[in-house]
Amino acid sequence: MPKLFNLAWVFMLLAVLAVGGGTAVLPEMEHLTVDKYQWITSGQFRDVYSLGQVAPGPNMLMVLLIGHRMAGAVGALVVGLAFFLPDCILTLLANRLWVHFKGSPWRAAVQHGMAPVAIGLMLSGTYAIARLSIFNLTSLLIAASIFALLLWRHINPALLVLAGGLTYLLAPHLLQHLFPH
Amino acid sequence: MNDADAAAAPQSAARAPVGLGTIFRTFLTAGAISFGGGVVAYLREYAVNETQWLDDDDFLDALEISQTLPGLNAINMSVIIGDNLRGIPGAIAAVLGLVLPGVIVIMGLGAAWQEESHNPQVRAFLIGVAAAAVGLLTTVTLQLGRKQFVKPLDLGIIVVTFIAVSVLKAPLYLVLLVIGTAAILLYRPGATHQGLEERARHLRERLLHRHYTHLRH
Repeated sequence: MPKLFNLAWVFMLLAVLAVGGGTAVLPEMEHLTVDKYQWITSGQFRDVYSLGQVAPGPNMLMVLLIGHRMAGAVGALVVGLAFFLPDCILTLLANRLWVHFKGSPWRAAVQHGMAPVAIGLMLSGTYAIARLSIFNLTSLLIAASIFALLLWRHINPALLVLAGGLTYLLAPHLLQHLFPH
Repeated sequence: MNDADAAAAPQSAARAPVGLGTIFRTFLTAGAISFGGGVVAYLREYAVNETQWLDDDDFLDALEISQTLPGLNAINMSVIIGDNLRGIPGAIAAVLGLVLPGVIVIMGLGAAWQEESHNPQVRAFLIGVAAAAVGLLTTVTLQLGRKQFVKPLDLGIIVVTFIAVSVLKAPLYLVLLVIGTAAILLYRPGATHQGLEERARHLRERLLHRHYTHLRH
């Protein structure tokens, strides 16, 4: 029971702090679930994040797996509600109140001020995943070539992440094949 | 755009109210085919182009709210579109439809992963996926922030935020409280010479451009 309470509290906190979306809250999520509460290891955090990339819909549905690992189906349900419900309620309220602030100059101030903060947070989220996944030449080349490919043209991201996974899986075999000792 | 009671007064009075089942099925489709992120672009395809539940202006209004509030853009967007169509039941139908396919797939993948989490091939595959995601996230962040990265004040805020989180490991609530408040005050009404309307127009153009280009290729 205390475990479920902690799960709910942590993911509600993350939900409220997720200004700039899911990527922006990744460093804090890693800190809380890996370092502070030690629910999962950093390797598992990376694995779970990758599974979210392979599934359809919002990538952050991966939080369900952290809940499931801790407390089974109930854990997944608790984490899902804690992470998604608060923001849904906030958005519902804002949607109905927003019209009252339509002309307010502060609305523009909030939007313009928070935009670079959100970008900075997304950079930090990207860096958090980079620290967990880029530790040799192969992984560095995968990240760099996908970045370069996307600068060149738009490609379905799902194909790119699958290609990245297969490349890392097959790279040792390919190298051995090409350069036998 | 929308009244306090959106259910009683849908946006287009001339049109018959959209059925909850239709809302659910439409978001279910968007949720099922949006592999690899970019869910908002798919939502635009369905809610604006296909069903014409919203026009581009409504969509951008919704996107503005979604991005300013905490939470995932795609889910916040679904709440707003569902709410505008059919009130709270509409919002629930939209969100459930959007996440259901992903929930089923991720739980299935998770079960397989827990069985095979020590399998070196599974681990290698997932490391490659994460490395690919880094390339993807870098592109998305640079695209989203392309106006901010070239503006000295914004670039300063970006760098300070990044250092606070990634180097100093400051707690996120503190970062939002201190840097967020400072950033909003830097942009307080009257603080810049540029007219607010012009800034709002720039913002809209940027948003529109971003979500158009995503699906155009």
